[in-house]
Amino acid sequence: MLKRLGPSVVSAGETTSAALFPAGLEFNAPVHGTWNIVHIGMLVPEAHQIYVCALNCMRGVVLTAAEMGAQDRFSCVVLKEEDITRGTVEQITLDGIRDVLYKLEAAGKLPPCVLVFPVCTHLFLGVPLAHVYRKLEEEFPQVDFVRALMDPISKRRLIPDKRLRKVMYDPLPACEPDERLVALLGSEFAPEADSDLRTLLAAGGKRLVSIHDCATYEEFKGLSRAAIFVSIFPNGEFGARKTAERLGREHLYLPSTFSFDEIEQQELRLCQALDLPVPDFAAERAACVAELAKTRAVVGDAPVAVDAVVHPRPFGLARLLIEQGFNVSEVYLDGVNGEEEAELDWLRVNAPELQLSSTILPDLRVAPRTRGEKTLAIGPKAAWFTGSGYFVNMVFGGGLWGFAGVRTMARLMREAWAEEKDTRDLVPRKGLGCVSCI
Amino acid sequence: MRRTNRIVPTYTGDVSGACSALFELGGMVVIHDPSGCNSTYNTHDETRWYDQDSLIFITGLTERDAILGNDDKLVRDVVEAARELGPRFIALCNSPIPFISGTDFAAICRLVEREAGVPCFYVRTNGMHDYVVGAGNAFEALARRFVDEREVRPATLNILGATPLDLGVAGSDVPLRAFAQAAGFEVVSCWAMGSTLDDLARAAEAQVNLVVSATGLAVARYLRERFGTPYVVGMPVGAPVDEPLRSAWAQELAHALQQAARTGECAWPCRSGVASDGGARISLVGEPVLMGSLARALEGCADVRGQVVCPLEVPDELLGPSDVRAEGEEGVEEALRDAPFVVADALYAPVIGAGSKLLRVGGPEGAPLPHQALSGRNGWKTACDIVQLDPQAIGAQNCPAM
Repeated sequence: MLKRLGPSVVSAGETTSAALFPAGLEFNAPVHGTWNIVHIGMLVPEAHQIYVCALNCMRGVVLTAAEMGAQDRFSCVVLKEEDITRGTVEQITLDGIRDVLYKLEAAGKLPPCVLVFPVCTHLFLGVPLAHVYRKLEEEFPQVDFVRALMDPISKRRLIPDKRLRKVMYDPLPACEPDERLVALLGSEFAPEADSDLRTLLAAGGKRLVSIHDCATYEEFKGLSRAAIFVSIFPNGEFGARKTAERLGREHLYLPSTFSFDEIEQQELRLCQALDLPVPDFAAERAACVAELAKTRAVVGDAPVAVDAVVHPRPFGLARLLIEQGFNVSEVYLDGVNGEEEAELDWLRVNAPELQLSSTILPDLRVAPRTRGEKTLAIGPKAAWFTGSGYFVNMVFGGGLWGFAGVRTMARLMREAWAEEKDTRDLVPRKGLGCVSCI
Repeated sequence: MRRTNRIVPTYTGDVSGACSALFELGGMVVIHDPSGCNSTYNTHDETRWYDQDSLIFITGLTERDAILGNDDKLVRDVVEAARELGPRFIALCNSPIPFISGTDFAAICRLVEREAGVPCFYVRTNGMHDYVVGAGNAFEALARRFVDEREVRPATLNILGATPLDLGVAGSDVPLRAFAQAAGFEVVSCWAMGSTLDDLARAAEAQVNLVVSATGLAVARYLRERFGTPYVVGMPVGAPVDEPLRSAWAQELAHALQQAARTGECAWPCRSGVASDGGARISLVGEPVLMGSLARALEGCADVRGQVVCPLEVPDELLGPSDVRAEGEEGVEEALRDAPFVVADALYAPVIGAGSKLLRVGGPEGAPLPHQALSGRNGWKTACDIVQLDPQAIGAQNCPAM
């Protein structure tokens, strides 16, 4: 059990609002499996990314590309102090991007698509980015320029991640829909081969397509032929919805969840929208309960720690496991996903002792990271904070969806419990699922 | 265009340099920046982050606070954390947006110090310079705050500028200390590996300072100006723990230290001399003290002449007459255009011409020499202790080429 430390750890029963922890200084745990905007941008086939920012801010993104072995798809323009004082940020931005593109052209590698990332500095100085893009588009008409942004300082606008999951689909052209195709937008991971999403669509003669299937930029642009757009990840919902609106398509937001009722509602919605055969929900539920019981028998009463990195619904996962008899002791997260307020309410009443821990507040930097007993960690941050080598190494839902997703999670828990992993080696790696050269 | 990097990564920035410099000293470093880009310091630039707790935090600056100047929140958050964690000192670092808005860090430091009762100082950074500037400013700020007047003890020295960003691996202070001892000196402090803040505060006891990277130059100059301590610039490459004076270069450096202690004069033995026609030219890309020292070590055992290609923000005094400055990827590419042999991080390979040979220097299998401040974690597998490199072996390994 996590030792109570102060404001960085609260019990579910004593929470009174969705703001669980006080704002303060933050530290960054050495757990980096989540994808950042470089990883996400690299999903666009043949695209090149150009960042325009100060040296220190550049470091994380430039080495993300290097760690992926994708330096040849990443370039940068360095902003200096004199650009600020002389008012030349706009000119340097334009000249720098041009310079990169001319060099790529000279090497016969001019990309069909460039994701441009200006930063906070451009916004604070009021740099007319529209003018920059207009000039670039005049000069390189054969290139699609995607208007991305890396501005973590902005709390009121879209966060960079959400924005990118929208603008990366801006090049998709308007076209006639193909009723057999359903496109998944806004996710790092394609749903598993046996996911309910694929199974249901296949049963109705439909095919799921996504950016993950596209080897070329032309194939990527072909995603707009889908008749229906689906998103399953919260940060991807905005982009999928806006893209569907722009292209005149229907959008279904069907977030990955661990609630049997919610899964059933979503699958019914999908079946009705696409005229698909409705599955036997009772059988699906029973299969999930059986799979979880199998895992419960293996894990026993050992403490289970869950984090918000593994899945955007950590409270939902904790609730499901508690309902199925697991000893969930702690949840690591820094804010409540708006879709989970009902789950938090349930935990307040039914699991008031459950410890909720921040992952960024300063005292946790020096808090003990060992447990006196074997702990099952679901998620890499939970593994680091509990010092456990028995963990499910997955991020952002890992493509789990529907009842099959629940069963997969139960299986992954058993596998994690059976074999100790090298936490020290695994959790610092960036972008789980991407190439890692380290 | 010198400001673009088409394919080679950029170097570690000034804020990360400051954090690296202060990492082991029991202080608390606070970066005034949004939670985002700069928090990646620990991901790529800090080899010690997973295994060693150090109080390095981000303020999580928001747009609203940056525009409206909500400095009270900054002060409150820092003071609260300091009360909870009890650091020996607090160092505040700047970043681009507070730099643009002109945040008054000197005043904020005074407020924090008064309320927290902990020494607090500002490290001049803004995210727009490289790590040499940031780490250098951090060491100098530390010295200004903590180093006091002491009686000089004979045959003592400080090692200045030791961070994993240049030395590659944590713990490289061990062979450095062995070298100092073999040269006849007791180490008062090592800035900043394996020494405590109290050790550093006694730096004025030292008779001479050994500057092992450009990050140590600013504090060396300050200690020279304030206490008159002479400094010698050079890294003892080819100085294994069991025989620190094995290489001719290590012996030369030891001699320079002894002479500086005797005469009180500074020396730069790692700098190149006037270019000569003799020997094959080796271009060494990176931090000039390390690369210059490696060049001298190689010259000591093979018929070669080294030329440092320096892409970093360093003072002229660290470069010799045959060395060159190179700004950005394009500058390095130009500098290496006709270079027959190159020592550089492997990530420079795309801009090294087909006619040049990238020498294998580091790691168990003789990989190109990784520079942590360039390739970050990418070079960890082949990281090596530059102090203990064997220049003879490097010569032999690359012999057919050289």
